[in-house]
Amino acid sequence: MDQSPDKALMDQILVRYRVEQFYTMEAELLDGRQFEAWLDLLADDIRYWMPVTRNRNFGEWDGEHTNEGEDLNWFDEGKFELEQRVKQIMTGIHWAEEPVSRTTHMFSNLQVIDESADTLLTRVRFLIYRNRNETETDFFVGKRHDKLRRIGEGFEVAAREIYLDQSVLQAKNLTIFF
Amino acid sequence: MGGDAPHKYTGDLVNIERGRISREIFSARAVYDDELERIFPKSWLFIGHESQVPEPGDYILSRMAEESVIFNRDRRGKLHVMLNNCRHRGMRVCRADSGNARKFMCPFHAWTFSDEGALIGVPKLDTGYHNELDKSQWGLIEARVARYHGFVFACWDEETPDFETYLGDLRFYFDDYCELPDGTFGDWQAFGGIFKWKVPCNWKFGAENFAGDYYHNPSHASVDQVVLSPAGTKGRHTYDEVTRERELYKLNICVTPEGHTARGELFKDDYDYIPTYQDMAVVEDYFRECYTKRQERLGEKARWFGHGGTIFPNVSYSNGVQSMGTWHPSGPNETEIWRIFLAPKDAPVEVKNVLRHYVIRYQGPAGLTEQDDMENWGSAHLGAKGTIARRHDFHYGMGMGYEQKGWPVEWLGGEVHATEDVSEQNQRAYYARWAEMMDTPPDTRRHPVSVEAAE
Repeated sequence: MDQSPDKALMDQILVRYRVEQFYTMEAELLDGRQFEAWLDLLADDIRYWMPVTRNRNFGEWDGEHTNEGEDLNWFDEGKFELEQRVKQIMTGIHWAEEPVSRTTHMFSNLQVIDESADTLLTRVRFLIYRNRNETETDFFVGKRHDKLRRIGEGFEVAAREIYLDQSVLQAKNLTIFF
Repeated sequence: MGGDAPHKYTGDLVNIERGRISREIFSARAVYDDELERIFPKSWLFIGHESQVPEPGDYILSRMAEESVIFNRDRRGKLHVMLNNCRHRGMRVCRADSGNARKFMCPFHAWTFSDEGALIGVPKLDTGYHNELDKSQWGLIEARVARYHGFVFACWDEETPDFETYLGDLRFYFDDYCELPDGTFGDWQAFGGIFKWKVPCNWKFGAENFAGDYYHNPSHASVDQVVLSPAGTKGRHTYDEVTRERELYKLNICVTPEGHTARGELFKDDYDYIPTYQDMAVVEDYFRECYTKRQERLGEKARWFGHGGTIFPNVSYSNGVQSMGTWHPSGPNETEIWRIFLAPKDAPVEVKNVLRHYVIRYQGPAGLTEQDDMENWGSAHLGAKGTIARRHDFHYGMGMGYEQKGWPVEWLGGEVHATEDVSEQNQRAYYARWAEMMDTPPDTRRHPVSVEAAE
């Protein structure tokens, strides 16, 4: 009996399951404010990038996002810079995060769009709720494109592109991680 | 208005002589409405940098107070700043943040304007308007434009003096900002994109903070414990760890009549270049060479090392991170901040990368430094709103009576005052100017059109 179609499907389900588990754990660390443990999920050579989004006329959509490594970007950095952000929060006197935010990171619409022996390319939609002090509330909603590198049975994030669906940022700061 | 009418602002809500300012000026709607009439339409407002519209036809959207304006370069290369507002029903005629266009068409009834703002197309001009509409009277509303070393400002009021007069003796300090690191007036290049974000505070909190507030260093105690400086050292500036030995004075400078401000260091007269970017040879060579050229060109005046300041009313310039941050009023309780960042156009790409990485991690909503500023401005704004709190003025008296003219060196002179280190001299000059304008009623709110043009 030929079981190969089922096997291919089972392989896909298994990969999706592992990625989902990984992202669920990642969200758990971020929402649990275990930022240093979260850094351990990032590759030492990670590229972490969030462009600025612009309103463009029809037919000029290729200019909608600013360019990595060239233009202004909300984030365009590597692990060292992310480590500094975590260190700043952990001083306890980073006033923009003191008292610290309450966040809930959610992701959905997972696609594994490419897979090789070493890496996976994934896409998710994200929805992050952030609440601070009494009434400060923000929703960050957008798309995340990741390159995951296989580490044993798990992964590390080798590249993360974050597309926030806002041209004028509606939050006063970007002190959270995506 | 009678000559003996009491001033609502000068001496009352803004009592500079006592160093007290009412919290009302940050939170009251009536004050804000007065600002929109009395401050912004009469002031030169920052629009953008020429490098944002390099080619004929290029445009970006900018803002003047609450209103959208088109900043463009027409097909002949001339710069314009025009209200982004159809003369017929007020739709925005341009709704993309940037692009290249020879004309702007209103999506509502298709009135069409040229890249010079002229009304060039009106559907049914014959059957609807019976050819009786004088199109020459219904072009886009255009502002006066000033180009200053590539930085573009605009003003709605014909009576406001020209931009250089408006700058007054800030010219020395703003020229210093406009100069490239080598002390010449060469080309800056704005990085692509504009940071735009909303902060829940009155627009003046940012303007006065950047005017010169060395007293607010505790805000930044957290960033000073991590590595942000482009030199790769602890602290948020290169001078925190690397170059501080060369400082003689840290100064606040206010251009007293105009309300503009600057802050910076006066170096010792025998300082030398200090290696700063030791892991990056190209960058180190670039800045060392710039240092030498700047010394040769400026001589003793090279001892001034500007940090930034505020050009009245609502744009702050920051040296080093080389940004222009505009505090656009969005109601009394909200500011929309816009920031652009620039690098020397002809600098090596390595230099541009170092500067770009530094600025976007320093300022803006993801900036390790500015994040903490915004937290404070938002809290200060809440503190300006309470019924009981508003009965008690803010204290702006630091360093009162210690302002000096022609000090510490004569060539920093003109109509400016200086104080050392921490002081609220700059805020007092800023708000004195603000109060003076707020006490001057606007001439008119409407522009009635002539009978012929009204057809």
